[in-house]
Amino acid sequence: MEVGRAYTRVDAADKVTGRARYTDDLHDGPMLVAKILHSTIANGWVKSIDTAAARALPGVVKVLTCFDAPQIQYPTPGHPWSTDPGHQDVADRLLLTRRVRIYGDDIAVVVAEDEVTARRALKLIRVEYESCPVMLEPEQAMEPGAVPIHEEHPDNILKRTETVVGQPDEALSDPALLHFEGHYQTQQVQHCHIENPISYAYMEHGRITVVTSTQIPHIVRRVIGQALGIGWGQIRVIKPYIGGGFGNKQEVLYEPLNAWLTTQVGGRCVKLDVSREETFQNTRSRHPIRFDIKAAVSSQGRIMARECVAISNQGGYASHGHAIVANAVNGFRQTYPDAVGHRSVAYTVYTNRPAPGAMRGYGIPQCDFAGECLMEDIAREMNWDPYQFRLKNIMPLGYVDPTNGITCYSTALARCMEKGRDFIRWDELRAKYQNQTGPVRRGVGMAVFSYKTGVYPISLETASARIVLNQDGTVQLQLGATEIGQGGDTVFCQMAAQAIGLPTERVNIVSTQDTDTAPFDTGAYASRQTYVTGKAIKKAGELFREKVLSYAREMLPQAGELDLRAGEIVDGGSGESLLTLEELAMEAFYSLEHSVHITAEVTNHCKENTFAFGCCFAEVEVDIPVGKVKVLRIVNVHDSGRLINPKLAEAQVHGGMSMGIGYALSEEMKFDPATGRLLNGNLLDYKLPTAMDHPELTALFVEDEDPSGPFGNKALGEPPAIPVAPAIRNAVLHATGVAVNTLPLSPQRLVEEFRKGGLI
Amino acid sequence: MMEILRCTVNGRPVEVGIDQRESLADVLRERLGLTSVKKGCEVGECGACTVLVDGTAIDSCIYLGVWAQGKTILTVEGLQNENGELSPIQQAFVEEAAVQCGFCTPGIIMSAVEIVGSGKRYTREELRKLISGHLCRCTGYQNILNAVERAVNEAHKFVGREEQEQ
Repeated sequence: MEVGRAYTRVDAADKVTGRARYTDDLHDGPMLVAKILHSTIANGWVKSIDTAAARALPGVVKVLTCFDAPQIQYPTPGHPWSTDPGHQDVADRLLLTRRVRIYGDDIAVVVAEDEVTARRALKLIRVEYESCPVMLEPEQAMEPGAVPIHEEHPDNILKRTETVVGQPDEALSDPALLHFEGHYQTQQVQHCHIENPISYAYMEHGRITVVTSTQIPHIVRRVIGQALGIGWGQIRVIKPYIGGGFGNKQEVLYEPLNAWLTTQVGGRCVKLDVSREETFQNTRSRHPIRFDIKAAVSSQGRIMARECVAISNQGGYASHGHAIVANAVNGFRQTYPDAVGHRSVAYTVYTNRPAPGAMRGYGIPQCDFAGECLMEDIAREMNWDPYQFRLKNIMPLGYVDPTNGITCYSTALARCMEKGRDFIRWDELRAKYQNQTGPVRRGVGMAVFSYKTGVYPISLETASARIVLNQDGTVQLQLGATEIGQGGDTVFCQMAAQAIGLPTERVNIVSTQDTDTAPFDTGAYASRQTYVTGKAIKKAGELFREKVLSYAREMLPQAGELDLRAGEIVDGGSGESLLTLEELAMEAFYSLEHSVHITAEVTNHCKENTFAFGCCFAEVEVDIPVGKVKVLRIVNVHDSGRLINPKLAEAQVHGGMSMGIGYALSEEMKFDPATGRLLNGNLLDYKLPTAMDHPELTALFVEDEDPSGPFGNKALGEPPAIPVAPAIRNAVLHATGVAVNTLPLSPQRLVEEFRKGGLI
Repeated sequence: MMEILRCTVNGRPVEVGIDQRESLADVLRERLGLTSVKKGCEVGECGACTVLVDGTAIDSCIYLGVWAQGKTILTVEGLQNENGELSPIQQAFVEEAAVQCGFCTPGIIMSAVEIVGSGKRYTREELRKLISGHLCRCTGYQNILNAVERAVNEAHKFVGREEQEQ
């Protein structure tokens, strides 16, 4: 079995020897360097820009400003194109903008012979602004009379949606039920992939080539076409190895600007490298969302109805727009289907913060924090075991979401919970830590989640795969799906090997993708690729296998039923080897009677989706006087269906848990409310967890076959990051009796909360 | 101002003209083509550009090229032996699935070379501290620690660590 093998990553050797080449490692000739001038106000207009001194600096090739750039508004999220204009992404970006919407907005750009000159030139540019008051929070932007950040949305509300399922109102006011309310809020955090976004662009044969660190090469190509108003075929996007993405590179970032710049310097190669500080300020992040929740629960502990009002801070640009908070309120509803009804109201509000976008979990880390805090708080108030209260209410097998039809085809959540409970010794420690005194106390907490694998039916799900035979009986696997560090290339090879009947060792893949040659796939986002692209690979593999067997029948007309196993043509009955794939390939390539290059290419339009599940259990020690939380033990248990590669799956979970620990305890983008300036946009002041901030991470699985997955598999990429923060928050609650409803649980916040709680 | 830098890089004597303002990271990447040296912050925060200078791990992005005059520099490109085999540290990273996106990997491997080269044995907690100058967003450091610990133990023929306490 190739699927299920702990196969070594196909790119591991290249990565440990430094031979894996990333965007910045590829250029082999002189390049011009572009540097962007960022605004020093957060809200207002550029009145004028004086570039004379910058242009006069020797080595400066071009200075372009918002007064020179094309006035074509374009969208940036990595969503598939929608053929329905009503569902197309919000097009609210310009390459360079006169209307300043965030501190550090892009208002001009210098192209110079070298980086030092470009930076010097930036300092010589003089800008006059007209400023408006800075609005960093949705309530400021929603106030009557607030200046519209985008004129298309005079009230600064990008979108408001309300979804009602069943009859929630009656239950929410039924005096026979128990009623609860909660307010929970999450903070803005950044992806912090170690490779910053970077691209370079040049022209060849009148077309533009952009080499870029992206998760979505085909979408980048499209959006460059939209932004520049040129045919999409006029653009070629190349994606080399990429140093992490986590959703930030599921966005078209500076590629359109870079593409435009090469056209402004006669097609010369221009590099647009983005600094760490610019990555924080000018690329995406995770939305801060505020949740106001009401719940009605029966005395037997069944959730009857809930209302969830979520306000998402969208910052200065729409990016993924309303999709993320819409996903958040859906996710909130789905994990525990209400017996009677549910109402969700979701707002996406423009503010002057750097615009958030997709980040590992797409709204679900936020709603899971709210939802799992709420479950804990209800259980605590009612003196119920939070484990049992959850178990009573989790999504059952066969659940069908009433609004979009996404179906629970498989669930092992209850068994995941059991495994986590046993690992952490839940019953023993919940009792042991019940009545502690003193400044240092311990607690255990848990959280669960559900997560839909792909984006169907909200968006198109399509993927293509091509398999090409080599003379030596190995094959090339060509995809539009992208390896971004998660191990995609490795599991794709395993899946192809499984479908064809080859050892994985005989499947080659090239990590670099080129939209001129790679088949179409919308790229790495959601947790879709092993599911959606997996289906395309399976179909292509089966087609390829049929073609091979058909050729084998030509070569072996006397033989009985044939099969392809482990790279050999065998007798279907006896299993006797009749022909190697290499012998078949040489004949097929060079036969004087019937020469054919055996290839298979398939597009799979995926019209299925399925839920993955899991949970986190954490044991913490809280030093109350200094507000410090130490995670002593932590485990994530996942139901991601059948694992394609258990070793890589485990590694993926570790990374997600780590991101969850940072989300829980230390990470937060902080702003100066007066100017809107980001205060900690670097890796020193932004507290990304180091090795010392982690306990040992344990990843466990319950492997059930999902009937809808190509190999019984479902989402794994994003889920590990989801349940960690609420599990830690709930463990702190268990330890101290103090419910902290705002992330992160930083020492400063904890000390304030412990003071309010009377512990200090 | 240009200056001639004479040093030893990955066992080979090198003589190269550099700008006095250039970081060692830029010298290694741009002038010598050693692109394993990654840049994630350029201010000494992330550790991706770590190389060894006379056996000591440094952030090459905040180390001037001219300071390397006469010194011996080692990057990941210099770790494979003459038969092309991976070094035991590289092998440990491969086998422990300590590599994901791979961008922080060369830098951490160079710190591991320093750690293993110290000839000392370390506890898990000490190893955490020793690699804490490297930021990684993919792995939670779990398999990286496993790889470094394994390389340290193998180098000293120590018995593998006890099963981690539950």
